[in-house]
Amino acid sequence: MDLAAIVVIQVLYGIASLVIVSAGLAVIFGMMKVINLAHGEFMMLGAYATLGALKIGINLWVAIFVAAPLVVGGIGVLLERLVIRRLYGRMIDTMLATWGLSLLLVGVVTSAFGNTTAGISTPLGSFTVGAYSVSVYTLLIIGVAVVLGVALRAVLLKTQLGLIARGTMQNPAMADALGISPSRVYMVTFGVGAALSGLAGGLLAPLTGVVPTMGGAFIAKAFITVIGGGPAILAGLVGASTFFGAINQIAAFLSTPVFGEVALLFAAIVMLRLLPQGITGRFFKGSL
Amino acid sequence: MARFAASWKSAALCIAIGVLLLIFLPNVIDDFTLIQVTIYLVMSVLAVSLGFIWGFGGILCFGQAAFFGLGAYTYAISVVNMGDSTVPFMLSIVVPALFAALLGYVIFYGRLSDVYMGVITLTVTLILFNLINSTAGPEWKIGNAPLGGFNGIPAIPPLNWPGNADESITPRGMFNLSLGLLIVVYAGLRALISSRIGHVIVAIKENEQRAQLLGYDPRAYKLFVFTLGGAIAGLAGCLFANWGSFTSPTIFGLAQSAQIIIWVIVGGLGTLMGPVVGCVLIQWLTTQIGTQQTFNSNLVLGAILVLFVLLVPKGLVPSIGMLLERLGRRSAPAGRSSDAKPVALAKEQQA
Repeated sequence: MDLAAIVVIQVLYGIASLVIVSAGLAVIFGMMKVINLAHGEFMMLGAYATLGALKIGINLWVAIFVAAPLVVGGIGVLLERLVIRRLYGRMIDTMLATWGLSLLLVGVVTSAFGNTTAGISTPLGSFTVGAYSVSVYTLLIIGVAVVLGVALRAVLLKTQLGLIARGTMQNPAMADALGISPSRVYMVTFGVGAALSGLAGGLLAPLTGVVPTMGGAFIAKAFITVIGGGPAILAGLVGASTFFGAINQIAAFLSTPVFGEVALLFAAIVMLRLLPQGITGRFFKGSL
Repeated sequence: MARFAASWKSAALCIAIGVLLLIFLPNVIDDFTLIQVTIYLVMSVLAVSLGFIWGFGGILCFGQAAFFGLGAYTYAISVVNMGDSTVPFMLSIVVPALFAALLGYVIFYGRLSDVYMGVITLTVTLILFNLINSTAGPEWKIGNAPLGGFNGIPAIPPLNWPGNADESITPRGMFNLSLGLLIVVYAGLRALISSRIGHVIVAIKENEQRAQLLGYDPRAYKLFVFTLGGAIAGLAGCLFANWGSFTSPTIFGLAQSAQIIIWVIVGGLGTLMGPVVGCVLIQWLTTQIGTQQTFNSNLVLGAILVLFVLLVPKGLVPSIGMLLERLGRRSAPAGRSSDAKPVALAKEQQA
């Protein structure tokens, strides 16, 4: 019984962490069709922003939930203006340019802070279920993932901003004719996506340790989740996270965490062979 | 120039330069420099493999390093087990080719688009990296060969004369072999591209739907191109394992994959010589960066990639070619009136 509870918590945690890791990418890819290969580095910057904020004496929660998204969102807007905006519609070139940005960011951070691992101790302690101990932070991650999903849906469906964003993505010329500047909408959307990546980096920093190359550990998972999800941003994100997260955790539980990850990536390749349009290309069509 | 680049004259010129280097370079420079030059050649083979599948097959593979690493590991594991290097040499080409065929089948017959292709190849590279990286410890071995995990496989026996395991290759022989194979690969690919099959391959890259309507199966042709690219990358991996008698999981890493892409972008897409030029330039630059502390090599490589994509999307070799052509046309007023190839290239870059 205790074991079952632990497994359920671990599976939920696996799903939640995929949602958090992929949310920023899902917004940028889903809305703008821009494949942001610097996504992992945005997360890395979020982790460094959290670390920096902690060092100057800011409360941990403020650092994670305010400092990290703000800093990375700002950097995202800056990079969008400097680089990405010149490449809209050229998907391959965007991928290459963002890959360049990813190397560049790793290089800048390594030069500035050194190639060392810095840790943030995991807050909130733990509680026990029978003979097992569970970190409270795990539950926090699950909670944040739920809030994130609900908030994303609310913003996209219920607010003026979400309406403008969705309209512009569907038909930029029409939005332009109605007096909305698509360029600004793209900028804001990219900034929001980057901020979500920053938040993810800040949230995961206490669990993973902070190194300039930490982004590489998330990038494959995030991409697979977003692409496996398919055209519908939110339904795809949740659907693919559930599917891959469960596979990852169950395989990790049966063997080692590394094989859990391998199982995830392998499942993704098999799934894309069967459903080339992703989960929402076949199921939940027309959902958000 | 565009016409020149596609003519047999340019191929003959490049091959002639290669053969001259093969004959004279070992007499001019000392052994240490020769070993340094050899790694440039090995990596050039790898660069050509991506230059071929991307520039001519239109397949953007973000994981060419996977085949490279697979070739290196296949050679290392099988040569440790077998002793004689003849079969391992062949295996190091066949295994990556089979792997590429399998992966290509999933991708092309699943009709996944370019973008998904990039992400899947990247993912596969990461899977291999994670897998190999986690195999440290004595329980992970294939036959007599411990996989070594993140420590890699040291002391890989070098290539030997077929059938005679005692007569192993010298540094000078390694240079000859690498340059010889580079020339063979280059010449073979040029011949392939100018053959009928090659024309179909390029036609599919230019307009897949039209080629399909004309009765060609793009999936089969792409699979062939991808498999061939995997085989050549595997060959490069085998040479690499020989060059340093060492292989480690970092050759599967993202940094390695990114480097290959940068070579091709910098050198020029749609040529076979461009990737070689890009490879030599970037490798030289990386070595120079390694000698000082101010700039990190990631930083410089990243900046180069971004700048080339934004400012010189065609790469160095085609850009210089077009520049020369423009100069040539100015000096010769009765020059060619049609300029179809560069225009087509420019349009393609816009698309």
